[in-house]
Amino acid sequence: MECYNLQRQAACLKRSLFDQGYLDEQFCQIEDLQDEASPNFTEEVVSLFFKDSARLMTNIEQAMEKNPRDFNRWDAHMQQLKGSCYSIGASRMKNECTSFRNNCGDENAEGCMRSFQKVKREHGVLRQKLESYIQLLRQAGPAETATRPGCA
Amino acid sequence: MTVEEVKLEVKANGGHGAKDQFPVGMRVLAVDDDPTCLKVLENLLLRCQYHVTTTGQAATALKLLREKKDQFDLVISDVHMPDMDGFKLLELVGLEMDLPVIMLSANGETQTVMKGITHGACDYLLKPVRIEQLRTIWQHVVRRKSSDAKNHGNDNDDSGKKLQLASAEGDNGGVNRNKRTSRKGRDDNGDDGDDSDDSNENGDSSTQKKPRVVWSVELHRKFVAAVNQLGIDKAVPKKILDLMNVENITRENVASHLQKYRLYLKRLSADASRQANLTAAFGGRNPAYVNMGLEAFRQYNNAYGRYRPVPTPNHSQSNNLLARMNSPSAFGMHGLLPSQSLQIGHTQNNLSTSLGNVGGMNNGNLIRGAHMPLQDSSNCFPTGPSGNSFANISNGTTLVPTNNLPLHSLEPSNQQHLGRMHSSSTDPFNSFVGESPQFPDLGRCNTTWPTAVSSSNVHELGQKDSMSQPNLRVNGPKLEPLSSFTEASSQIPLLGNETHGQVASLANTALPMPFNQEAVPFTYGSSANSREMLNNNLALSNSGINSSLPNLRIDNSVVPRQTLDGGNSGGGVPPLQDCRIDQQAVSSQLNYNNDLMGTSRLQRGLSGGLDDIVVDMFRPDRADDGVPFIDGDWELV
Repeated sequence: MECYNLQRQAACLKRSLFDQGYLDEQFCQIEDLQDEASPNFTEEVVSLFFKDSARLMTNIEQAMEKNPRDFNRWDAHMQQLKGSCYSIGASRMKNECTSFRNNCGDENAEGCMRSFQKVKREHGVLRQKLESYIQLLRQAGPAETATRPGCA
Repeated sequence: MTVEEVKLEVKANGGHGAKDQFPVGMRVLAVDDDPTCLKVLENLLLRCQYHVTTTGQAATALKLLREKKDQFDLVISDVHMPDMDGFKLLELVGLEMDLPVIMLSANGETQTVMKGITHGACDYLLKPVRIEQLRTIWQHVVRRKSSDAKNHGNDNDDSGKKLQLASAEGDNGGVNRNKRTSRKGRDDNGDDGDDSDDSNENGDSSTQKKPRVVWSVELHRKFVAAVNQLGIDKAVPKKILDLMNVENITRENVASHLQKYRLYLKRLSADASRQANLTAAFGGRNPAYVNMGLEAFRQYNNAYGRYRPVPTPNHSQSNNLLARMNSPSAFGMHGLLPSQSLQIGHTQNNLSTSLGNVGGMNNGNLIRGAHMPLQDSSNCFPTGPSGNSFANISNGTTLVPTNNLPLHSLEPSNQQHLGRMHSSSTDPFNSFVGESPQFPDLGRCNTTWPTAVSSSNVHELGQKDSMSQPNLRVNGPKLEPLSSFTEASSQIPLLGNETHGQVASLANTALPMPFNQEAVPFTYGSSANSREMLNNNLALSNSGINSSLPNLRIDNSVVPRQTLDGGNSGGGVPPLQDCRIDQQAVSSQLNYNNDLMGTSRLQRGLSGGLDDIVVDMFRPDRADDGVPFIDGDWELV
């Protein structure tokens, strides 16, 4: 990718995130909502998402430790996390959440463990990438909000 | 609805100042525990130019709505929330405030969507929500208002009512609603129901501006009391209105509320199985519980299949329970319960299921009975409401009349319990019949009972729907069953065990009668000794029963009952159990009635589910939500 300036870099990053399936169009909608009234809306939502999702994931982890095989509980927690993913457009993470829930449905503890690890991984990766993206946006300045080449 | 009306409405609602710009400025309350979603939703709504209030807690939302009822036009709520189920919130809002509610969820499965519809949601959106979807949600507000206007205009008692009923049917049927799944402003079907509801709700004929009638807890309580008095079958808006004797509400308001209430009850009964907190409610520790218990019971009855209370060996427990049950609070609650339960189980289904089992008594009776017993709480049922509770038992009533069973008081709840009793085995009863002496106090019961018992009634009772329903039935004959239980012991495996004890205990509470049994019953355990136990129980002072009635007890007994229901060929669960139905007993019975298994679960569940509803509706003080009523061990069969 040849991105010369910050804006371009931000745009490129975003596009790559979309191409690789990390984000989906819901993210576009979020960025859409950013306007003069909420100039940092995207950033706020993203940080809120990561804060909340970290909490949810801790809950799930604890539940998996303290309540072994309590699939209903695990599923309930994951449902919440999945809902969050939906709202922000975290596509890959959402998919891993779904597979976790499927494992819960099958009462497959092993499968749940594995899925959860994947969820964590996706969460970590997404966080990194979005943080970079937000950084670029910030650096690029308000004008950046106008361009959203990556939106599907 | 004309534009003027809309404007008026807007103005009346505290105005956004943009009278002509509706839907701009429409006031939305958004509820979602997920902060990310909430934030996004808020901004989407702001982008649509609505006025938005957000909260992450359902309880806060309810509080806001109650305090500022006229300041919101629409509620959007997530389905999965930690402090309260979204559907519950939906129901409450619908019942109390009659605002359009849109459900929101990441879960788009048909059943969940259907559930939303049947609970009265006017739309169901899937996450992630697109702004296009939100742009059209104002139609729900308009539609509701215009149906109000329309219904109001055309209204006359019958037609209005029919319309409501029709809508209710439609809602329940969900046929129309299915189309909702597309969720895109296709609320025609759903709204039809809403319309009629709404129209009645604001039956202020004098002005175009229809002030919303808010069904406060007090008002709702009166409503429920009136409905109970009339009997769910016979409750018509006009009569309810007369009974309520409240100003400023019209028949239409009542009609619409009645419709919702019926739906609500139906739903509750359907949800009963999910309410495992019945036990908690059962404890009767506080009114809330009792109420819940009853409700749970109801639900249980309907929904539970097998809850088998494990015999609890401690009498004391039962005694305590009974005592508790007899306690004023218990009774008080009971009183409340009946109405509540009635309310909850208001739907025909509920009543019939729980109460009806008995003998087909109609819910109406039960409800009435329910009220009655409460008053008596302390008496064994000498007066026996007679009709209601006993009736349940088996059509028969033979039991009932003879016994005067204290069940009377138990009625409401008893019925449920009772129901159980008889189910188990008619035979035991019969055998019991001979015994009579067992229960000195029962005396009355005994003598009468045996006769009654011997009759098929008992049998019937037992038969009544697989236990689940028995609750109601048992009320009257309770006493008898006890004795029969003892006899039956062998016959009634269940009875012997817990039930006896429980029954006794239950009965005791209700009846001063010497249901010492209760003490005994618990010990029973073995069916063979049922008779002994019964005797023992009888020996026990009634007080024991009172206390022992603990929910659990009933549970235990419930088990027997259950078996009675199912297993007993003819034994017919001795109605004794029912007799006892003290408030607690009743509730406990409810718990264990039929579903025995479900009971404790119910209680638990109930406390969770119904509890919320009930509590919300009535806001009783809840000491401990989670306290399990049933002390006994319940095992799920």
